[in-house]
Amino acid sequence: MKRLVAVIAFAACAAAQAADYVPLPGGRFESVLPQGAVPTASAPVDMQPFALRATPVTVAEFARFVAAHPEWQRGRAASVLADARYLSKWATPLLPGAAVPASSPVTDVSWFAAGAFCEAEGGRLPTWLEWEYAAAADATRRDARKDPAWQQQILSWYEQPTPATLPAVGGAPNAYGVRDLHGAVWEWVEDFNALFIAGDSRTQGDPDKLKFCGAGALNIIDRDSYAVLMRIALLSSLNGADTTSTLGFRCVRPVPGASS
Amino acid sequence: MITTPMRRRDALLSLAALAAAPAWLHAAETAPAPGDSVYRLDAQLEDQDGRPFALSSLQGAPLLASMFYTSCDMVCPMIFETVHANLRALPAAQRDAVRILMVSFDPARDTPAVLKKTAQQHHCDSRWRLARCDEGTARKVAAVLGIQYRRLANGDFNHSSTVDVLDAQGRIAARTGKLGEVDPAVVAALRKLAPRAG
Repeated sequence: MKRLVAVIAFAACAAAQAADYVPLPGGRFESVLPQGAVPTASAPVDMQPFALRATPVTVAEFARFVAAHPEWQRGRAASVLADARYLSKWATPLLPGAAVPASSPVTDVSWFAAGAFCEAEGGRLPTWLEWEYAAAADATRRDARKDPAWQQQILSWYEQPTPATLPAVGGAPNAYGVRDLHGAVWEWVEDFNALFIAGDSRTQGDPDKLKFCGAGALNIIDRDSYAVLMRIALLSSLNGADTTSTLGFRCVRPVPGASS
Repeated sequence: MITTPMRRRDALLSLAALAAAPAWLHAAETAPAPGDSVYRLDAQLEDQDGRPFALSSLQGAPLLASMFYTSCDMVCPMIFETVHANLRALPAAQRDAVRILMVSFDPARDTPAVLKKTAQQHHCDSRWRLARCDEGTARKVAAVLGIQYRRLANGDFNHSSTVDVLDAQGRIAARTGKLGEVDPAVVAALRKLAPRAG
């Protein structure tokens, strides 16, 4: 059994080494967040095809990145781009050390640092819609969100406390072949600062209502998607320089021939 | 990398600026920005005259910074009014030392020609840079300025409306969400930052 685990861990590691991207086809998608002009009504969007990293970026991959891009090493990255906690568990600015396993998802990284990693890999962070679209799938269906059993399974993952040492990437693939979207870590998205939530009763008659221009901020359409809503709540509370011990990322690349 | 020629050009431009700038600008432009400076963000923009510039080239003078889009008819005009109102509350010499940066959320529609027209409509003189950049850069600029925005399907944007006061090194000294009126905190910050003589 131990050997099997070791083999699986090695396989996951090797997969991540090659930075596996899996293609996702385009399609009609209904987000939990309203995408139309009317903030209380659902409006499906047409997703363009894109390629998504099969697993979150690992500690080993991020270590190679900071070695090649010294400006993103702990102590060198400007505090306006990465806060004081950035990679703070690493033994040195270059070496993660024994406390941070090489094949675990990298965390304690800021949005700016995550975006720089993806740019260096010829990609970018996924948009919220791209992440949500990929994460709607279970093992066999592209959109399993209406299935109470799937909802329950996601929730049960989130109910487990985060272990002190994050497990290696390489969980079971979903219908697209994407792994670890639920369970292991939270993930940055390109448009994290688009996910502000307002438009509920707390803003009615608020003298500060001009804080947001336009038709009010986001409303939540599907209130049953608790796990996804928890992500939105977390992301909307962050600044670009913030880091947390449970927040990692993965990247997307455009697929040839698709307009973005 | 496509940024290299642009960087070279910026370097030349900033050399030219050094030659023309008053003495107090020299030290600020040559010293690297501190870690908590907005100017540590590598961002390339283009202004209302079609001139490319690096965000960090604004180093050296106090700055009022915000974001907007031209086709916005609700809050955005008030952001321009807010900047004017706060500037009017300063003594003339200090007022002239302040620079203003307004970055568009909407690079597709806010071309330099549109930005130029917007600048004229809102009585923005040469102290103002109305700027556009690619969408990825706009997200980064918003992130350092603490501004949130999202594009709606109809082409409008939801966005927060704050104006930041940056010191000459690019550190955020104050932020206001008071629109259309003077914020004493902004005026106090600018009085402290702007050189008193010329």
